Order: sequence, then structure tokens, then C-alpha cells
Amino acid sequence: MRVTVVVNGEQRVADDVWPGESLLFLLRERLGLPGTKNACEEGECGSCTVLLDGAPVCACLVAAPQAMGRSVVTVEGLAETSQAVGLHPVQRAFVEAGAVQCGFCTPGLVVTVVDLLDRVPRPSEEQVREALAGNLCRCTGYEKILDAVRLAAARRGSA
Amino acid sequence: MTRPAATSSVTSAPTATTTLPRSSTPGGIGESPTRPDGTRKVTGEFAFSSDLWLDEALFGVTLRSPHPRARITGIDISKALATPGVYAVLTHEDVPGLKFYGLDHADQPVLAIDEVRYQGEPVAILAASDPHTARRAVSRIEVGYEVLEPVTDARAVAFDEGVAMLHPAGNLLRHQPVRVGTPDEVEAEVVVVGEYAVGMQDQAFLGPESGLAVPAEDGGIELFIATQWLHTDRGQVARCLGLPEQMVRLTLAGVGGAFGAREDLSMQVHACMLALHTGRPVRMSYSREESFLGHVHRHPAWMRYEHGATAEGRLVYVKASIVLDGGAYASTTSAVVGNAASLGVGPYQVPHVAIDAYGVRTNNPPCGAMRGFGAVQTCFAYESQMDALAARLGIDPVEVRVRNAVAQGSTLATGQVIDAPAPLAEMLRQAAAMPLPPATAPALGALPGGYGNTTHGEGVRRGIGYGVGIKNICFSEGFDDYSTARVRLEVVGGSAVATVHTAAAEVGQGLVTLQQQIARTELGVASVVIKPADTTVGSSGSSSASRQSYMTGGAVKAACEAVRARIARRLNLSTVELAGEVVVGGPALTEVIGDDPIEETVEFRHRPTFPMDPLTGQGATHVQLALCVHRAVVDVDVELGLVKVVELAAVQDVGRIMNRMALEGQIHGGSAQGLGLALLEEIQVRDGLVRNGSFTDYLIPTILDMPPMTLTILEHPDPHAPYGLRGAGEPPTLSSTPAIVAAVRDATGLALRRVPVRPDDIALPRHSHATSPYGV
Repeated sequence: MRVTVVVNGEQRVADDVWPGESLLFLLRERLGLPGTKNACEEGECGSCTVLLDGAPVCACLVAAPQAMGRSVVTVEGLAETSQAVGLHPVQRAFVEAGAVQCGFCTPGLVVTVVDLLDRVPRPSEEQVREALAGNLCRCTGYEKILDAVRLAAARRGSA
Repeated sequence: MTRPAATSSVTSAPTATTTLPRSSTPGGIGESPTRPDGTRKVTGEFAFSSDLWLDEALFGVTLRSPHPRARITGIDISKALATPGVYAVLTHEDVPGLKFYGLDHADQPVLAIDEVRYQGEPVAILAASDPHTARRAVSRIEVGYEVLEPVTDARAVAFDEGVAMLHPAGNLLRHQPVRVGTPDEVEAEVVVVGEYAVGMQDQAFLGPESGLAVPAEDGGIELFIATQWLHTDRGQVARCLGLPEQMVRLTLAGVGGAFGAREDLSMQVHACMLALHTGRPVRMSYSREESFLGHVHRHPAWMRYEHGATAEGRLVYVKASIVLDGGAYASTTSAVVGNAASLGVGPYQVPHVAIDAYGVRTNNPPCGAMRGFGAVQTCFAYESQMDALAARLGIDPVEVRVRNAVAQGSTLATGQVIDAPAPLAEMLRQAAAMPLPPATAPALGALPGGYGNTTHGEGVRRGIGYGVGIKNICFSEGFDDYSTARVRLEVVGGSAVATVHTAAAEVGQGLVTLQQQIARTELGVASVVIKPADTTVGSSGSSSASRQSYMTGGAVKAACEAVRARIARRLNLSTVELAGEVVVGGPALTEVIGDDPIEETVEFRHRPTFPMDPLTGQGATHVQLALCVHRAVVDVDVELGLVKVVELAAVQDVGRIMNRMALEGQIHGGSAQGLGLALLEEIQVRDGLVRNGSFTDYLIPTILDMPPMTLTILEHPDPHAPYGLRGAGEPPTLSSTPAIVAAVRDATGLALRRVPVRPDDIALPRHSHATSPYGV
């Protein structure tokens, strides 16, 4: 089937989509957007988190046809959604706080944090931990990721 | 391509200085510059091995054995091969060269030959036009199996007769004794005995085994791969393909974590076989379930320890029997046994020792390298014993450790003398003195059970525990351990630019940042380019054993020094100091370099180590030893058996802080993996079958499981190591596990002799008629 979806502000069309395939497969395999990662394909690790009509979802748990006509923002499109030059402030905070090691979880975490700070500009530590509980990271022990969220929130507050 | 200049060789020599000069160049050593790959990793541009793509690339998949042990009676590939979109189906008959591979012994078939020895063993491989077609078609390969009774009890293999032979060389991969003094004759006033077990842990990196193989015009192959050691991959791949090594060219693709699981080959030979057979590029990427079957794990262990001590708590003797389940193939089990034996009493002074460590074959999943490498399992056992000894004597657990702690000049059980600072007593006292978290009831979500809202504080008890670990850094037991670095200094756009080229695998630890820092410090330039790691430069050894800061850091330093010596020669000086892109007291670097770039390639070796005596285990086997101390504070819901780690505090001596931000990330991450082993992580294997190969069922710590971590980092330089640094990635993985379990014991009063500690282990023993089904 043909699936039409707006990805990072641009209308994209994919043909011969198998109705059972995931939005993650559509993004990575058909639309050439490998920034969204595949690490478990069952919604446990959050590496494939994208914004679907503004809400964070695991792209591996969304059937590609469910995204028909809807808006998807991936890690590749975040910088453009902010007014900042270059990186999105959350992306910048991840680099500067040392929240990136191997980086495989990073795209999903960045998308999740962007969503969190849009909803809750000054989250408590408990709110941050709850929001990020669906994103596994095997490298950092999460301490520097918490630092990155604090840094991004503080900068946002002072902007 | 320019011919590289001759490689010179350097061996680490002791340095007289114990002061810690800081870099005079911004972004040099001692600072925490941002990662050179950081921006690409946060934007999604960074290409991991599973992100590689070529328009004409086929997709490769693997057919795996569903049985832990069976004879193969036949393989029929005809239906799979006839499927539209399928380009190749290959079996062991199609392996062009050596049909076996392995890190220590080439005993593992590239594709199963006549027999399968573990669940998930690759039997056939298939390439198709796309992943959907490939996965459907592979199920059409028909394999006949005559199922055999699997050998799954490692202790039976080690100690009983009449166990089925799984390999012509026998089922025992290594038995390493350690003998010191007369442990059977000395008298001890107090004796504590304990049996301990450690479950099978998985590295659980997030980036799956994956890569892209591209046939080359010369009949060779280009492989873009996530690995820990490009050159050992290349050697094995070349032998299995029947190609000379120069026709097998590897480039490091983005590595989504490693932790030991990428030391052994996974899909490397398979992808190359399919690419050479079809003449098309082939990409492969494992699913998570397949990944759990597709790499080696941490060895499960069964350990019996007996500690004899004086009434003051000074150790008189330690006797230990350690069995490590190596699974179906050798992998690195022999070296893991060596670590378990040589470090088996921990960082304590013990006059009389009798250790026997065994690594055996079974039909369980193969085990090999994981962060901590044989030192993790014994650390849980010997630290549990130190707590038992303290409890028996009524001595504080920190004090009993202090009374037995090693220090510089101490002799290990192997007879090796610690010839670098090892301030364990000081570290223990610092850990005990760190402020404790408040005892007040925390917020609801922070109680055991979290947002499950299973308690409002009733039945919750707090406990505090300590753990200490000792880990060897770099390769041991006489291995010729070296790393190669090529450094080029040239003028680009009017500025002096250094280019560093090594084959060392950046797996997330930040080695690319450290290489830049070292080049900045040594050459006084701001701009340092890190070339992609590949096999056009000499080997850097593996990104394992916490060795790359020491080894590749040492190689980059040595190559920079060689470049500096060339600059001095150009100026007719004996030495030069470089800073701010000028020769201090002399001309600008750009002037000295001109249009004649300076390039040097250096092989760097650490001082030699020696094998363990096969009968007594004696020998100077390790080049460097590292210590970490953890203190854990836990809240335990004793009714439900749920544990919340409230705080983890760590004290680690790293010799020299090269990059505090990256170092802290290593200690945090290593501690988290130790927490996982203490409370969450186990590949559950029953009758040789993996029962929980998914992230739904194999639990790694989430951000809700991890507590705040407080770190105290000490700098007592190692005079033998570059910059005085000490490898840091593994030690925290050792000590956090026993510290957490000690804290749970403190809260519950239970013996808890097996990790991971499960809710049943805590909740069930409280009911008089119930016993844990998971006894040792």
C-alpha cells in the first residue's frame, strides 16, 4: 500500500508498504532516516522514540499505515523545530553534559526530553526520572543524562 | 595512497615524576572537552553499524539451531533458494577457508557441521533483496535434527565422571590452581564457609550486531563493522574466507556499546561469505532476540569459599573452588579462569592460599568477555565472605577490610608484588566517611516498588553495605600487548593541524576525545583530526580490559613525542616544547613544518607480563591493578522482596584524571551494570534453552532503578603508566554488586548467596514453609 506521511515538515510518500510493518521500518528502510534507532522492536528501550502529531511514541509499536496523513518528527528534524541555530538546546545540553557515550540511546532520549520540557519546562527530578523511564541507556548509568536535562531546563528558564 | 613511514617501537618505562602537571593547551589532558562525535550522535547523523546502506545491498539473515545439542541429519535449502528475491543460501560446505574460528582456540564452526552444541548456533545463512523477504525465506530452510541430551551442569562437568564429551579435546577448558603456603596445616581461630553463585549476565549493548560487507574489485572484501578489535576480526575473517589478510579490509562502523560482547565474531564472516558469493554488498543486523543468542555472555559461576582468620579478623588462609560455565565453545574462557584464579582472594593480604578455578564446556550459551572479565564473579564471593567474617567477629565490615587491605608493596596470591600505589585502606575510610543520604521516608515513587505504589513505607527497612574489587588492567599472562598510533602534523589553511590515526575501537568510552586531548597536549595544537579506525594502520588491540587509555593513549603520546623529536631535529635542538602552535622560545609550528608534513608511526608496549605457573599459579601476571570501593544504601520492602537502591557512593583511584567527565561516565555506567547483576539481570537458561531473550524479560536498570551516585576520585599516579593513569572502566562493575547485596543483607538479615537477588529470595524465606526455588 501507499503511505503518505509528513516527516520533519516534509510530505513523504512510500509505496509497496506491507500493512504490518512498523513506522520504524518505514523511517529507516524506506525513507532513509536511520537516526531513529532499532534496539528491541518491542517498545521496551525507547531508542526509536519519535513525535507523532506531537506525542512521543515508540516508532516500533506504531504500524506504518497508522501514521498516514499525520506528522512525525524524528531526531533528524529536531534542530529545525527550535529557533536555535544549529543544534536544538536539548541536543546541545546532551553533548555538553557528557550524556552521550555510545550514543545509540541518544536519539530516543533527546526526543523524549524535548517533549518533556515542552510540557513541563521546570521538571522536578522525580518528573524527569518518570518521563525517561522508558528509555534504556546501557553506558551512562543515567547521571549525566539527568545533568543534561537540568542544563537544558535551566537554560530554557533563563532564555 | 602514501606508503606509511617505518614503525618504531616503544615500551612503557617508569617515570620519575609523581607530580601531576596539567596541560597548557586548551582541550588537553585533564580537561573535559566535548566529544568529537557528540554532535553527530545527538542529531542522528552518526552512522552506527546497523545504519549502513547501499542501494544495491542485499540483506543477510541467519538460521539458528533451536536445540542446545543435536546431530544434524540433513539440510534442504531448495525451497528457500527458490523463493523470489533470494540470492544465496549457504551452509558450512560453502565456507571457503578454515571452517572454525575463535579468539583463543579456533573451535567454533562458522556454520554448524553435523552437530549443534548450543541453542542459537548458526546453521545456515541467506541473502535476499530486503529484510521481509529474507526473514520469510529463512524459515523455508529445512534442517533435520536428531536431538541429544544436553550437558548443562558445569559442576558435574568439572567434578563428575561419565559426562558426555562435547569436544575432542575434552570438556575442561582450563584448571588453574593457586597455591601459597600451607593452607591445610595452619590454624585459624575463626572459619567462615560459604557457597555462592552468579547468574549469566548479558552485556545488553543497545546497538545490535550488524555491519555491511562490500565485495572489492580485487576479489577481496571491505567490511564496515562494529567491533572491539578490528585486527583480530580481520585475521579470523581472512582465515575463514581463505583470503590473505591484505584482501580483507575492515573499517570501524559506529559501535552501539560493547562491554565485551563484540570481542568474538558474530556476523562478520557470514556477511562476507554472502557478499563474495553474490557479488553484491550485504548488510546484516540482528534482532534483539537474536542478539541474546548471537554473542557470548558473562560466565555463570559456582564458588565455595573458606576463610580462616585470627580473632582480630586478620586473614590466615583462603581456600576456594571456582567453577565457570564456558558454554559450548572456548571463546576467552581460559583467560577468564586466569583472572578468577589470580584475583580470587581479592585485594587482601593472605599468607596461605589454595584456589582451584575451572572453566568447562557445556551445551549452555557460550560465555566469554564481559566488563570485569572473571574478576566480577569472585568479587561477589570474597566480599560476601569478608562480611560474614566481620559479622562472626562483631567487627565493622569496613574495619575488617582495612585490617587485611593490600597496599603498595603487598604480595598478591600469585606472588606478584604491587609496585604502584594501592591505597585501599584510605579508600575504604573515605567511603565510610562520605555523608549518608537522609533516613527520612522518601517520596512515594522512590520507595521499593516505585510507582507500583506497593508500600507507603510499612515493611521497608534500610541497609548499608560495602564492596571492594581489584581488577587487572591491560592484557595479562604474557600476552604481547601493544597498540599502534600514527600521528601527522601538517599545515592546513595556515594552521598547524595534527591527524591521529589508530585502529582502536571507540565503543562509547570516549577514546576519540582522549586521543585529541593527548595530541593537543603533546603537540601544542588546537586542531586535532581523528581518522576513522581501520586496518590500514597497525593493530591497537582490543577495547577491553580497561586498556585503551593506557595502551592507545600511550601509543598516541609516543607517536607525538616522535613527531616532536623530528621538529627538534629540524631546529638542531635536542628537545622542544610545543604550546600555542609555536615552539616555545622559537618559531611558529607552521614555519617549522612548512610544506613538509611530519608523520610518525609508533608501536607502544606495556612492560612484559608472565604466565601463571600451571601448578601453583605463581607469576607476575598483571601489568597494572585497579581498585574501586562502593558503599550502597538500600531500602528493602521485606514483605514483597522489592529493593530500591537509595544511593551508591564510590571511591576509585585512577592514577591520573585525563578527562573527568568521561571518567565519571565510566564509573557511573560500570556501577549501573553491577547494580543490574546484583538485583535484575540474568539470562535464565533451563535445559540449555534461553528463557528470557528480550528486553521485556531480561531487565537492565532504568533511570528509576538507578540511584544518585556520589564519586570520590583519587589520583595516586602509577609510575609505570603513561601520565600515571590507571585504567578505570571495569573496577566499578566489580564492587557495586557485593556492596548492594551486603546492604540488602544488612536490611533483611538473609544470607543471600546468589546474584541476582530476586524478590523470592527475600520474601519467601520469611514464610516458614516456603523455600526459594533458586537455591545455590
